[in-house]
Amino acid sequence: MNSQTLKLIGRRFFAAAMSLIFVIVTVFAITNVLPGDATDAVLGQGATPQAVAVMRHDLGLDRSVFFRFWFWLWGVLHGDFGHSLLNGLSVADAIGPRLHNSLLLAGASAAVSVPVSLFLGITSAIWKDTVYDRVVSIMTLGMVSVPEFVIATMAVYVFAVRLHLLPALADVGSVHSLRQFLSVFFMPVASLALVTLAQMVRMTRAAMADTLSAPYIEMALLKGVGPIRLILVHAIPNAIGPIVNAVALSLSSLLGGVVVIEVVFTYPGISGLMVDAVSSRDVPTVQACALVFCVTYLFLTTFADVVTILSLPRGRKA
Amino acid sequence: MQAASVLHRRSVLKGAGLLVAGMTSQSVKAAPVSGGHLKVAGAVGSASETLDPARQSMATDYIRGHLFYDGLISLDDRLNPHFALAEALDSNDFLTWQIRLRRNVQFHDGTALTADDVVFSLRRHQDPGVGSQQYALARTMQSVRAVSPVLVEIVLDAPNSDFPAILGISNFAIVKAGTTDFKVPNGTGPFRCQEFTPGIRTVAVRNSEFWGERPYLESVELIAIPDEMARHNALMSGDVDLIATVNPRLVQMLKQGGFGIVESPVGTYTDLSIRLDQRYGRSPDFVEGIKFLLNREQIRHSVFLGFSRVGNDQPIPPESPYFNHQLPQRSYDPDKAQFLLKRSGFLGETIPLVCSPAALASVDIAVVLQYAASQIGQKMAVHRVPADGYWTQYWMKAPLGFGNINPRPAPSLTFELGFASTSPWNESRWRNSHFDSLLRDAKSTRDNSRKRQLYWDMQELVSSGSGVCIPNFTNSLDAYAPHVCGLRPSQAGQLMGYDFARSVWLNENRGKKV
Repeated sequence: MNSQTLKLIGRRFFAAAMSLIFVIVTVFAITNVLPGDATDAVLGQGATPQAVAVMRHDLGLDRSVFFRFWFWLWGVLHGDFGHSLLNGLSVADAIGPRLHNSLLLAGASAAVSVPVSLFLGITSAIWKDTVYDRVVSIMTLGMVSVPEFVIATMAVYVFAVRLHLLPALADVGSVHSLRQFLSVFFMPVASLALVTLAQMVRMTRAAMADTLSAPYIEMALLKGVGPIRLILVHAIPNAIGPIVNAVALSLSSLLGGVVVIEVVFTYPGISGLMVDAVSSRDVPTVQACALVFCVTYLFLTTFADVVTILSLPRGRKA
Repeated sequence: MQAASVLHRRSVLKGAGLLVAGMTSQSVKAAPVSGGHLKVAGAVGSASETLDPARQSMATDYIRGHLFYDGLISLDDRLNPHFALAEALDSNDFLTWQIRLRRNVQFHDGTALTADDVVFSLRRHQDPGVGSQQYALARTMQSVRAVSPVLVEIVLDAPNSDFPAILGISNFAIVKAGTTDFKVPNGTGPFRCQEFTPGIRTVAVRNSEFWGERPYLESVELIAIPDEMARHNALMSGDVDLIATVNPRLVQMLKQGGFGIVESPVGTYTDLSIRLDQRYGRSPDFVEGIKFLLNREQIRHSVFLGFSRVGNDQPIPPESPYFNHQLPQRSYDPDKAQFLLKRSGFLGETIPLVCSPAALASVDIAVVLQYAASQIGQKMAVHRVPADGYWTQYWMKAPLGFGNINPRPAPSLTFELGFASTSPWNESRWRNSHFDSLLRDAKSTRDNSRKRQLYWDMQELVSSGSGVCIPNFTNSLDAYAPHVCGLRPSQAGQLMGYDFARSVWLNENRGKKV
C-alpha cells in the first residue's frame, strides 16, 4: 500500500467522521424544533401547566438546548446513551434487543439478496441481450416498482390469512428452532430481499457489462483464457468497486429503512423505535437511533470506498 | 348527622358481597374451562408503555394495570362500583371516608397488604413529579392517613358522594409502599408479570395466591399491533386470539369468517368545542347555529358506519341511568342554522376548523360539517394537524377544535372535569355559576332521585349553553376467535373495560394454531 492510497483512505475516514457529527447535530436540532416535548407524551390530555413545569424540570428540559446537547454528547463519549424521557429506562437497554432484532433481519435479508443479485447481475452481463438477460431485467424492474408494503401485505394475505402456512406476525421471541426461524423470517426476508435485489442486480450487471466490453477482455479471450478464469480473474477485480458500492448502499437501507416491513409484520426492530421516539419527543432515544443508523451507513459506505480504492491498480501495488 | 354506610345507601354496592369483582353470572352458566394461553393484540403501544399505574394512559397500559394490580374499588360493566381491596367504605358526610381493607391479601412478592400501601399509592398522585394522569382528582383528597393496619381515612376538600367511583379508576390501583421502580410490577392482581418489554410484549401468568376468584386463563400474552391491517390479519391467521379496536368496515367480513364481535357502548365521544371566549364563540347564535348544522345521523352512518349513538351536546351517554331522555334531541336543521349564523354575522366569513387523527374520527366529522356548511353558504377551512403534540399544542386552544373525551365512572366526574367553571379541561371555557352550584348539590346529596333531577338539569344547561358540540358517542369494537368465551360488552371500555383476563376462558375445541 503506498502513501497516496493511505492518504485517500485517511481522507475518507475524516469525511465519515465529519458526516457523523453533522448528522448528530442536525437530528438534535430538528427534534428540538418540533412542537411539544416529552412531557406532552407522558401527560397527554391530563397535562396541567403546573404538572408540565415540574416534569420538565425533573427531566432537565428547562435547561438550554446547548447544555442538553453537551450533556448528552459528554455521556455518549463516556459510553452512556442516557435514559428515556418517557419511562426513565436506559436507552442502551431499550435499543439493545431491538438492534439485535434489526441486525438479524438485515443479516438474513443480506444473506439472501447479495448472492442472488451478484449471480443474476454477473450472469445477465455475460449473456447480455439474450432472452435470459431480458427476463431478469424485466423482473427486477418490476420488483423495484412495486412498493414493499404491497408485496408484504399480499404475502401475509396469501400465506398467513388464506393458507395458514406462515404466521402473520414476525414474533422473534417464539423462535427456538431452525424451522421456527424459517417460518417467522420467510415473509419479512423475502419482501426485503425482493426490494433490495433490484438495485444490486442492475448495478452489478452494468459494471460487469462495462468491464466485459473493455479491450483487455477481448485480448484475454484472444489469448485463449477460459470463460470461468476470464470472469473471476480478469473481469471481477475491475468491476468490484461499483458492485461493492451498490451492495453497501442497498444494505445500509436494510437497518433503518425498513419501517414499513416492521409495521406490516409487527417486527420489533429499531426503525419502529425511532419513529415512536420522534413522535413522543424522546430525544435521547432519537439521538441514539440516529447514531446507530449513521454509523452503520458510514461503516458500509466507507468500507465500500476503501475496497474501491484498494481495487484500483494504483492501490493494489504494494 | 346520621351515620350512613355506603353499603346501605347505594343500591349499586349491595350486590358486592355476592358478585366478586370480575366474576360473572353468564360465565358460570356456560361451564367455563380452566387453563390455556390467550394471546391478545391491542391497537396502541409504544416504547412509552409503563407499569406505573399512575402514569398509565393507553389502552394496553390499562390492560396491564388490570392484570397485575387491584384498586380499592372495581367498576363492573355498567360502571357500578364493587368492593375490591376495600371491604367496607363508609362516610357520614361524604367528606371523611373510612376504608376498611380486605384481609389476607398478598402482593406478588409475598408481603401483606396494609394501610400504609394504600396511603402511599394514593398520595403519590399528588406529587407532580410522578406525572400522574389523575393529578387533579388526587388533589381533592386533602388528607390520606392510616388509622390502623387495616383502616384508612381520607378527607376530601368538598363532599363527594361519587368518591367510590373515583377509587375505581384504574390509575388509583394499589402498589407496594415505597415503590419507585415499576420495571417489575408488584401488585395484588390476578396475574403475575413474567415478561414486560415496552412496546413489544407483556406475558402474564396466573397468580396462585390471588385473593379473589381465580381467573381461568393460565397465562396471557399481550402485544400491540398499531397497524390496523396487520392486527386484523393476525387474528384471521390465528396468531392472536383477541384484538381490540376493530375497523367497523371489517365487522361483516370477520363475522362471516366465524369470528365473534363485541360491541361495547362506551361513553367516549369526539366533540367539537367552540371557545366561548374567542371571536366566533362569543356569539351564542353562532354556537347554536353550528349545533344545528351537525348532521348527527349522517355522522353515525357514514363516519361510524352505524357503530355509535347520536349525542345531544351533553356528555352523559344514553345508556347511563342518569341520562335525561326528556331533553329534546337536537337534529340537523340547515334553515335554522343559516338563520342563526346569519344573525351572528359570521355567515360570509371562512371559519377555521382544527382537527387531527389524535381525536378519533374528527377529520371525517369536520368534513361532514364543512359540507353541510357549504350548503348554506357558510365557508369553513378544515385544518388537519398531526397527532403528536395535538393535546398540548392545539386542543382547547383553537377557536373551533376537536377533542376526544374518555368516559368517567360517574356523571359528577364528567361534569366536574369537563364543564365546571374552574376546571382546566373546560373545553369551551363555559362559565355558569348555576351549573357549578347544581354540581356541588349533586355531589353532596343523599337522595338519589334528587341527584337524578340535578343531573338532568345539568345536562339541559350544558346542551343549551356550553360551546361543546357532541354529535355522537362511539362504540368500541373487539373481535375474537371462536374458541374464546366469556367476553361481554362493557360500558367501562374496550375488552370488557380492559379487564377481560379475569373472566375469559378458552374452549377446548380451539382452532388451528400456527
